[in-house]
Order: sequence, then C-alpha cells, then structure tokens
Amino acid sequence: MKALVWHGTQDIRCDTVPDPKIEDDRDAIIKVTACAICGSDLHLYDHFMPGMEKGDVMGHEFMGEVVETGKGVNGALRKGERIVVPFTIICGECDQCKRGYFSVCERTNRNKDIADKVFGHTTAGLFGYTHLTGGYQGGQAEYVRVPFADKTHIKVPENLSDEQVLFLGDIFPTGWQAAVQADIQPTDTVAIWGAGPVGQMALRSALLLGARQVVCIDSVPERLEMARAGGAITIDNSQDSAVERLNELTSGKGPEKCIDAVGMEAHSPRALEHAYDRLKQAVMLESDRAAVLREMIYVCRPAGILSIPGVYGGLVDKMPMGALMNKGLTIRTGQTHVNRWTDDLVKRIDDGQIDPSFVITHRAKLEQGPEMYKTFRDKKDNCIKVVLRP
Amino acid sequence: MSHRDQNRASGRSTLPSYLVSEPRRRPDPGTRELTRGLGWFSVGLGLTEVVCADALARWLGMPRVAPVIRAYGVRELVQGAGILGSHDPTPWVSARVAGDALDIATVLPGLDPQNSRKDNVLIALVALVGVTAVDVICARSLSEAPLAPSDKVRRDYRRRSGFPRRPEAMRGAARDFKPPPDIIGPEAMRPWTLTNA
Repeated sequence: MKALVWHGTQDIRCDTVPDPKIEDDRDAIIKVTACAICGSDLHLYDHFMPGMEKGDVMGHEFMGEVVETGKGVNGALRKGERIVVPFTIICGECDQCKRGYFSVCERTNRNKDIADKVFGHTTAGLFGYTHLTGGYQGGQAEYVRVPFADKTHIKVPENLSDEQVLFLGDIFPTGWQAAVQADIQPTDTVAIWGAGPVGQMALRSALLLGARQVVCIDSVPERLEMARAGGAITIDNSQDSAVERLNELTSGKGPEKCIDAVGMEAHSPRALEHAYDRLKQAVMLESDRAAVLREMIYVCRPAGILSIPGVYGGLVDKMPMGALMNKGLTIRTGQTHVNRWTDDLVKRIDDGQIDPSFVITHRAKLEQGPEMYKTFRDKKDNCIKVVLRP
Repeated sequence: MSHRDQNRASGRSTLPSYLVSEPRRRPDPGTRELTRGLGWFSVGLGLTEVVCADALARWLGMPRVAPVIRAYGVRELVQGAGILGSHDPTPWVSARVAGDALDIATVLPGLDPQNSRKDNVLIALVALVGVTAVDVICARSLSEAPLAPSDKVRRDYRRRSGFPRRPEAMRGAARDFKPPPDIIGPEAMRPWTLTNA
C-alpha cells in the first residue's frame, strides 16, 4: 500500500509499504477514505519531538471503512462500517479510561517503559506519533491497523460527509476540550493564541459555549481572516502588542481565560526573546519555546484559567512562576480525551450547529502528501488545513 | 507614537489593525534558509571579533584597529540577533550590507606597501567581497519577495465561519452543554460567586 513515511527531518516520502495485518484479537483494519495533516505533525516533520524512526508512517487524523476485524472486536464494529478514528488509542477498561481520561489510558502505549522514564508515567498510545507513544503506524496511508478497535473508534451518521466528520478524530474535540476546560462564563473574554486549525475550533467552541468576547492572536493574515469569520476579534501580533491590545479590550483587567493553541514552536514577536529561545534550543538547553505561555501568564486576569491544548514535548525555560503563583492562575492541559466529547459533537454537527469542514483550505491526493507538508509548514498558498485522499 | 498610530498616520489603513492585516513579505524557503544562515554567521563572526580582536588586528598587520574590530563584533552580534529573532529580517540584512562596506573601508588601508602582512589583508578583502555579495543577494531577495496576501493571490476566507448563521447569533448556542465537574475543576476551586449562584 501507499503511505506517507518519515525518513528524517523535513523528509517525508510517499512510499510503498507492507499492508497492515491483524496482530491482536481487538484489532481492525481500516481502509482510509480521508486523512488530514495536523499542526502537531509538523513537530515531527521538523523533528522537534524525539522518538521518530526512519520508516514510521505518519498521521493521526483519519477515517475510513472497516475491512477486517479481529475475533475480540465482538461485534463492536462490522465490515463496511464507516468510522472516524480518534488519535488516542484507548482500551476502555483501565482505571483512567473508566474515569473518562482517555488520553492517559494506561494500557495502550506499548512502549510504556520509555514514556514512564520521560514523563514519569505513561500516556495513551497515539497513531503515527513517535515511539514514545507506542510507535503505532499512522493513518496517512491507504490502510491502517487500529488496535483496541472495539473502543478506539467514533461511529458517524451516513448523512454526514467525510469532510464534516473527519476532524472529530482530533482538532474539533481538541478545540472543544480547550474551551470546556477553560470553564467559560458569559462574562468572559477568552484569548486564544494561534489561529491554526485547533485555534479556529477553539474560538468557535468558546463562542458556542457563550463567551462574551473571543480574541484571537496570530501573525498570519489569512488565519486571522478566518478567525474573524468565526466571530473573533483579532490581533496581528507582528503589528501590535498582544498584551497592550488585550488590556485595551478588557478595560485593563486582562482576559479571564487564555488558550495556547500554538505549543512548542511558538514565535515571540519580540526579537530578543525569540533569539534567546532559538539559541537555547540550538544548544539543547531547552526543547520547547515558551513564548506563548509567558505572554498568557503575564496578561491573564488574576484568578483566571490557562488552557493548553498546544503540544509540548520536553522542557521550557524562563517560566514566570512568580506571576503564575501570585496571580492565582489555574492551568488545565492535556492531550484530548477524544471519545469523551465526540457523541455530543457528532450531534452538534448533525443538528447543523457547526460544520467543521470550514477549515479545509487544501485538498490533495495522498501521493501529493510530501509536497503538502511543505505547503502547510511554510503557510504557502494561504494554507490552513490539508485533507488528503488515498 | 505606537506602531498602530504610525500606520494610521501614514494613511495605510483607516481601520484599526486588529480589523485589517497589513500585507507582509513572504520570502521563499531558500531565501529564508539563507537569511537564517547569515544570522548564525553574524553571531559566529561577532563572537570571534569580540574575543579575538587583538589577534585579528595583528594578523592583518594593523594592530591599532583592534578596538574597531571589537566594536564591529558587537555590531555583528546585534545584527545576528536581529536577523534570527525578528519577523521581518529585511532591515537587519540590509544593515549587514552597510556593515560590509564599513568593514572593507576599514581593511583597505592595510594594502599599504609598507604593511608586511598585506597578503593577509588581500585574503580578508576577498572574503569580505564574497560575504558582501551574499548579503546583497539575500537583501534583494528579501525586499523583492512577494507581498502576501495581496488582493490578487489571497484566498477569501471571510465566509468561512462554519456556522449556519452569523457568529453573533451563535453565541451561547451550546449552553445546553453541561461541562463535566472533573474537567472544569473541583467545586471548591471555582469562583465563589459561581458556586453560590
């Protein structure tokens, strides 16, 4: 089969690889009908996340048709059924899964020992996202083996198109969880850093959940335009100081809720701060750039909440703990507990409350994937979200 | 005067910048790589000039220019930080071209026939001319990079709301959603006014 394969830093190729096979009774094989390139795939593309190996198949946002099931799937899935696959692999049986904390499933990371050493405790296995999270082959391929398939799936109504439901596997519930864990109140100003796909979903979620004012901060004009289309006030932080503008918009008090939809590759608009972070990264004194975190902590209203869906992989430097502590801020973060939200979100899409396909700007064939990675990474051609069809 | 005020004063936009994004230059990846390379080169050269100014001056047979070389090293470090750290490195790379001219002007007197190390001066000048050429190419590529988005190439995302009605009408449409208490935090940590409402 054809698949997008990681060969090294900024080197992804469309290769022919062996077809996946059932390896465990709870496995299913999916014929992929649509997959997407996620912003967090770029952390792998640029090799900011450790743990990738040459030959790994990329992709964790995909959907398709069930073509084969193991004996242990026990009727939870049938051949021919159309499903979206959540990026977190879940067993549904461990203590964390039973509590609804699916992204920290205790059983699905088959490289648990490595994760235990790096993070202290393991998190869930993820598709196509380093050997730190299990080394599972990803979904930017013609076929995928879905482990624990009896639980790791989202069933979707036939009347909804692939493009309407594809993002239930990652960015839509990720944006939704980011807004939900910010505990949005009708009086709140919600500031969102990053108008990429997760930021776009987060700002629409914040609006649907009733935020008084949603402000989106980015420097890419077309992304800001899409954010404005979704009802956000925007700040171009290459032109204006985000701190200054946010204080202006909140009568000097700061936004009650702040969401970091950028993560480890943040660019500070302040040249010296950015040069400092790049330098520390280059000499391996930090792995992740904390420019957004610093700004959020500084500008957030005291007693406010910081919600962090943006992906971080290691260590950051110069965290303003004094401001964080003295302002009494709460941080809520984590990979998304996808299946916890998807029943509700499927219903909202089906009811017409939101159509997540608004974010798709580029459609291409799987074979064009390597080129689309570059287009997406370089934000060429106003690219915001790429959907690939095998 | 703030940047925003300057924009307004220059008449580039009559709307506040949070409603209108000014087009920015977007160089191709090759130019970006070259720019990054020049940034690091600046930092490396700057460190060398600051630390080894005396040795460099002696090598050129011009011991009296050691303080000047050291000052140029500081200039290189500032330019390197500017190139690596700014969103638009064009002015910083242009500043490098001006700096190259200064460097050449400083080294040229070393070609004096009485200088026993004028061969070294010649080597330095060749290197400086080469670097100047790269700097000029980079500065030109940056300043000629297409403005994006321009009205011609920009895709129109103004209708990409994802909502069936205008966003204002969708505010609070999901208020029927009950946030799980374990996700929004323990009751005891929620604002007093909310828990007692």
